[in-house]
Formats: sequence, C-alpha cells, structure tokens
Amino acid sequence: MSIRLDGVGLTHPGGFRALEKLDLTIAAGERVAIIGPSGAGKTTLLRLLGTGLNPSAGRLSLLDNDPTQLRGRTLRTLRTRIGLIHQSPPLPPRQRVVTAVLAGRLGQWSLPRALASLCYPLDAEGARAALEPLDLADKLYARCDQLSGGQLQRVGIARVLYQGADLLLADEPVSAMDPVLADHTLALLNRIADERGITLVASLHAVDLALRHFPRVIGLRDGKILFDCAASDVTDNDLNGLYANDSLLGAASESAPTIAALQENLIRTAPRCF
Amino acid sequence: MLLTSSAQSHRDPAALPRLLITVLAIALLWPGLVITEFAPAALVDPRNLDVFSHFLAGFWPPNTSPEFLAMLGKATLETLAMATAGLALALLLAIPLSLLASRALSVSALLTGRPSRWASAARYPVRLLLILLRSIPEIVWALLFVRAVGLGPTAGVLAITITYSGMLGKVYAEIYESVDQRPARALMQAGSSRLAAFFYGVVPAAAQELMSYTIYRWECAVRASVIMGFVGAGGLGQMIDLSIRMFAGGEVVSILLTFLVLVLLADQLSTLLRRRLA
Repeated sequence: MSIRLDGVGLTHPGGFRALEKLDLTIAAGERVAIIGPSGAGKTTLLRLLGTGLNPSAGRLSLLDNDPTQLRGRTLRTLRTRIGLIHQSPPLPPRQRVVTAVLAGRLGQWSLPRALASLCYPLDAEGARAALEPLDLADKLYARCDQLSGGQLQRVGIARVLYQGADLLLADEPVSAMDPVLADHTLALLNRIADERGITLVASLHAVDLALRHFPRVIGLRDGKILFDCAASDVTDNDLNGLYANDSLLGAASESAPTIAALQENLIRTAPRCF
Repeated sequence: MLLTSSAQSHRDPAALPRLLITVLAIALLWPGLVITEFAPAALVDPRNLDVFSHFLAGFWPPNTSPEFLAMLGKATLETLAMATAGLALALLLAIPLSLLASRALSVSALLTGRPSRWASAARYPVRLLLILLRSIPEIVWALLFVRAVGLGPTAGVLAITITYSGMLGKVYAEIYESVDQRPARALMQAGSSRLAAFFYGVVPAAAQELMSYTIYRWECAVRASVIMGFVGAGGLGQMIDLSIRMFAGGEVVSILLTFLVLVLLADQLSTLLRRRLA
C-alpha cells in the first residue's frame, strides 16, 4: 500500500479548512490524477503526501510509515523515497545539469561524497542514464540557465528518477508548457512510472490531459473528494459538478463562505508595501 | 488629511507611509549635522587653505630611495600577511557560526513555512555571539593583544580574526537568506541533510555575493591592519606612524601610494572572480 488517508483533515493556521475528512487509498504502482478548480486543495493534498505538511486530523500513511510520528533520520529516510516534481523546477540557475541531477541522491550520500561530487561528478554515468529517456543526455554539462523551461522541467524529472523514489508527486507539472510539450511530458512520466512500478500522483488543471494519460482520476473540490474513479468512468456530469462556479453564478450555496474565507486569508497574508 | 473620497480612491496607498519615512529620516539626520558642528565653509577659508597647502607641500616628492623601498616592501608583505591570515582565521569561525545563525536551512520551516519558535530561540544566542564579536572595534582588541602577546603582527591577526568573524558571520547568514530558498528546501524535502542542501542549493546562487563581500572585507582588513600598526601591531601602520612622527612627508606619500595600489589590486581581483562566478 503506497498511500492511505483515514479521515485526514487540514486546517491552516489562519483557520481556513483546506481539506476535510479525506478517505483515500492508492496502491503501489497506481497512477492517479487529481483535478479540481483553483483553491480546491490539490496543492495542499500533494504537500501532505510529500511530508511538507502534517494533517491536523485523521491518520496518514505514506509507504507504510506515519510521517507525523517520524523525526530526524527516519523522516529523512522516508523523504528520500518520495520524489517531488515542482511546477517550476527549483534548480539554481548557475548549477550544471549533471550536478542538479546528482543532487537527487543527496539523501542517500554521505556528506564527504556529496562534497567530492560537487568538485568532480562521481556518477556522471548515472546522471546520463537518468537524462537519456528524457532526450537530454547531450545537455549533461550545460548550465541550467542555458535550458528552456520545458528542458528544465525534464531535468527536474531526471533528478527524481535518479533519486530512485518509490512515490512520485507532481504538482501541476506541465502548467508552464505548451499543449504539445505538456502532452509529451505527461506521456513520458506515465510511461516511466508504469515501467518502473512507481506510484504517480499528479495534480492537473487540464482535464483532457488527466483523462487521457491517467488510469484513475480524483475530483477535488472545497477540500472534499467529489469523485474517485477510473478515467473512463468520469462523466460530463461529474466534471460540471466539479467546476460549477457558484459565486460567479450568484447563487447562494454552502461553498460561498469558503471562497470568502479564502479571500480573507489572502488579504491577511498579502505583503504590505511601503 | 484626505481631501475627498474620490481623491482617496486615486491616491497610491503607499504614498503616505513613504512621505512619513522621508520626514522621519530627515528629522533624524539633521541633529547629526548640528551635533558634529559640520561646517564645510571652514574648508575653503583662505587661512585654513594656506595651512593646508603648506602641510601638503611637505609631502612631495615621494621617497623612492632603495633602502626605504626595501623597508616598504617588507612592511607591505607584513600587512598583507596580517590581513590575509586574520581573514582566513575569521572565516574558520564565521562559516560555522553563519550556518548556525541563518534561517535559510531551517528544517522546521519545511512544514510550516517559517522556523519554529524553538529553532529561532536556539539561533538567537549565536546571533548574540556574532554581535559580541563585532561590537568591539579591532583597535581595542589590538591594544589588548599587544599587551598579551607583545608587539608585532600576531596581535593584529588575532584582533582581525575576532572582529571580522562577527561581521562575516552576520552578513553571510543574511546572504544565505536573501537567495532563492526553493532549491535548498526541495533538496531537504527529498531527504538531503542540511549541509548537503546548503552546498547544492544555496552556495551556487550565493557564491558571487559571498566572494565579493569576502574580498571587500579583505580590503578592509588591509586598512584595519594599517590602523592597528599605530598601536604597535607592525606592518605599514607602524611605518606610517614613525614617518609622521619624524615629519618625513615623502615617506608618508610613498606609503599612501602603496595603499592605493593594494586597494586597486583587491578591486581587480574582486572583478575577476565575480566574472568567473557569474
């Protein structure tokens, strides 16, 4: 069992309830897309799965561990098994691709080894092997600021492949790409996850991409799961319910206060300028 | 204050705070000029100019006799060695302290976005230590150490080590916090240790600024070692002190020109390394 949520809820310090009593099970090797409108809690859910947030209620099990019970080294060991693909890959612009990819295994490496590899890449072949399926092997010694956005995103993917994670989490991995590249990248990600038996959970804005590439789709709205089924079973009715915008239609509904709370939260946290 | 409601809606909401801060800054700076009796008119007063030009006339031409230049070379080397050794020792102290003091590598911030209260409380003593190290001017340390270890550059090296470790540690910690935090956070989120995340996530982005500041501090250390020479810590400072006492203006100018060359070299080195790291 890769992921298990029992009644997991998350309330932000501001009082905003991002997730409410989620029950969810994702088996090892499954590939799941999470879709839903902005503010539905997709990013929060992924941060929760990536040990970037702790649930405020319920039980969370990741790769047969409860991350809230782990401290120090054991938590780090769990984190080395979870790979995160970010919306825009967090790579220092001046870093070389080979170093950026090798950084995926910093959790497994000792500090002397990490420092030695910074001076001379110790496993350039491993990095090349991770870049090969992404058509980037020729960029091994290029600098990250010489790459395009799509190439950088693929370097980020190569890094988690090199990390050897058992669970891949992708938060809007293709939102910065053109449609063709987005399609290609998602197909690639799914193929690699399928080949290696890696569990893949991705949040997506584009419904068509989710339905086309992922066997299982979860619809999230206002922190609740609206539907959770095979991609082929998702109906137009499901999607209409997911994206219907009550506040824009002017209809009074129970979700209106949540949006108000969100806006209030935004105003409170917005930076003040002098 | 606000004229009408329509004027209010068109006004930049930041205008009033900016105006208040400007007024406050002037109100704070003006007394400073009054207290220091700042009167630039005295500079161009003919009598003062006369005294000044007589004083300066004694400085030319620079002394270029071979014996003096040999002495000057030796003193320059001593000053450079004092500054470099002091800065190197200061780095040994400053780097670990800056890592401890910086919020950039907070593990608790991974979960909540900001460091936990306990972690901030643990960082505070380190910040306090850095303040303590840099709050006492190096010349006071030099006076102290001259009594402890005797006349000579050792006292200067120790004084530079102590003060500069405080300055470097503070600024390094702030540089780590000023660069993009996402690379280091992503690495720690993937199980990397803090130090490894520092070298892979923070250093690449901060290297240029760290290098530039360190070289600037080295330049300052050269000047500081000169000042400490006045209290007997050796090098160019001791030499300039003697020359001034003996009214040997030519020697003073030669020494000042040497400073100029040293600072020029430091600046060139900084430019070169910055370009290399860009």
